Amino acid sequence: MAPTMRPVDVTAPRESAPQTRETVFDIKDLKASYGSNVAVRSVDMEIYRNLVTAVIGPSGCGKSTFIRCLNRMNDEVPGFRQDGKILYHGIDLYGDGVDQIEVRRRIGMVFQRPNPFPKSIYDNVAWAPRILGLRKNLDERVEKALRGAALWDEVKDRLKKSALALSGGQQQRLCIARAIAIEPEVLLLDEPASALDPIATASIEELMHDLKTDYTLVIVTHNMQQAARVADRTAFFSLDVDESGRGAGTLVEYDDTGKLFTAPSDKRTEDYVTGRFG
Amino acid sequence: MAAVEPELTIDLRGDGRVRRRRLVNRLAEAIAILSAAAAVGLLVWVVWSVAERGADLISWSFLTSDLPIPFSPAVGGIAPLIIGSVILVGIAALIAVPIGVLIALFLEEFAGNWLRVPIQLAIDLMVGLPSVIIAVFIFSALVYGHAQNGLAGSLALSIVMLPLVTRATQEVLRLVPSSQREGALALGASRWRTVVGVILPASLGGILTGSVLAVARAFGETAPLLFVTGIFGRTVELNPHNAIPNMPVQIFIWSESPDPIDHKRAWATALVLMTLVLIMSLVARIALNWTRRNTTR
Repeated sequence: MAPTMRPVDVTAPRESAPQTRETVFDIKDLKASYGSNVAVRSVDMEIYRNLVTAVIGPSGCGKSTFIRCLNRMNDEVPGFRQDGKILYHGIDLYGDGVDQIEVRRRIGMVFQRPNPFPKSIYDNVAWAPRILGLRKNLDERVEKALRGAALWDEVKDRLKKSALALSGGQQQRLCIARAIAIEPEVLLLDEPASALDPIATASIEELMHDLKTDYTLVIVTHNMQQAARVADRTAFFSLDVDESGRGAGTLVEYDDTGKLFTAPSDKRTEDYVTGRFG
Repeated sequence: MAAVEPELTIDLRGDGRVRRRRLVNRLAEAIAILSAAAAVGLLVWVVWSVAERGADLISWSFLTSDLPIPFSPAVGGIAPLIIGSVILVGIAALIAVPIGVLIALFLEEFAGNWLRVPIQLAIDLMVGLPSVIIAVFIFSALVYGHAQNGLAGSLALSIVMLPLVTRATQEVLRLVPSSQREGALALGASRWRTVVGVILPASLGGILTGSVLAVARAFGETAPLLFVTGIFGRTVELNPHNAIPNMPVQIFIWSESPDPIDHKRAWATALVLMTLVLIMSLVARIALNWTRRNTTR
């Protein structure tokens, strides 16, 4: 007898989302492809300031491709092509004259597997500010970033030690500290806890609650319970197979998290969140 | 109902095929061990032969005196040769290492396909270029019509070293995981900053190893120096515009001489040269292990 998945619990109390919502990203009919493979198509959504927006969906439905469009990381992949518009505060991210380095200074990213540099903890956090010219009060900047990532107390006595000696959860928080050290506006997190154990995962999730006061967070996760725990709004992506049989990821439903999990509008969403597929 | 005991007729000892399999296993293992022993044995034989024949003359004065006057009974020394080789290889390294690393960086990080393929091919061909060809080329370009000089010798050696440094550096750069590059780029760093700030520091150990191995190789190259800086004086020569005494050429000259004391000198110099190369190779190995320990965890 096939086990039925527990429906996701969204009754845990969370701070109510702010009533007036400022739009950070306005995504219009986004289509992203690598060569002839369309990874994502027909995505229309707005991402709001100081909220945690989660992107969920089964494997291969373009969640990572989508989030990497938001800070132009896909530019590094040969053959990548983007159609449609991504407006960041009204500015087309892929417009003429937009410098991808300026984009990435304002829209930071944390990856699935922690990737600290083989340098000291201090140098990991200080490297980007140094090369971007933010050399004044570097010590304070590093401390502030490490505090913001809830790592300061654990590492303040060994800032000069190698970052590779930290545990997985600590390394991931270091990567978060590294990203917020340059004071971005947005933080993109691509499955930030999937390579971590449950205790480290819990500390990352708790951190996200604190980070959203100062930053706008977009997180990709394959873990629905995690989305229910941390996200204010959730976008459900799924694979859309066209007539020729080829599939591309597409946005199926995007709503406040509570509503998406308890009363989804689309049947595909309902099937996914209740565990009937995916 | 009473339980029935099943008849167990499983026999795990196997049949004749197992015995043959075991024999083939042992035979293959024996061949592999013999081959390894042959290689190590050859190295030990060479080292032992040179050491045995060359050890007699080794002394502090031998290592620090000037070259002997021909047909005089004094043994003389090889200080000019050691210093000369160090100068020649040193200048060659100063040329080959930075250029080699830069070429490797270009090939791995910056070049588009249409440039990478021909340059990579050129580097690979350079590895196979016979050193005597390099010697003749440098001779005709820089020495013919002028005088022999150490700079030309260093240039010839740097041509030998360049592809070795480039290949070793390329291998190390490829080992840096792309997650490191992504992490740096996501922080708003430019391509160049990423290379200088993250990728190069992570590769330094391997680059050092490759360079030391190229240097070890250059110390023993005879052909490039033979007609380019092969006629030199008896004393230490520090000016690279003149011909610089060096170990490999002098070993060759002494081994051709009719005087048996010259043969002894040749063996002794060979011992010094071999020891130098072995020590450098060991240092390169240790440096590589140290780097591996520090960057992969």
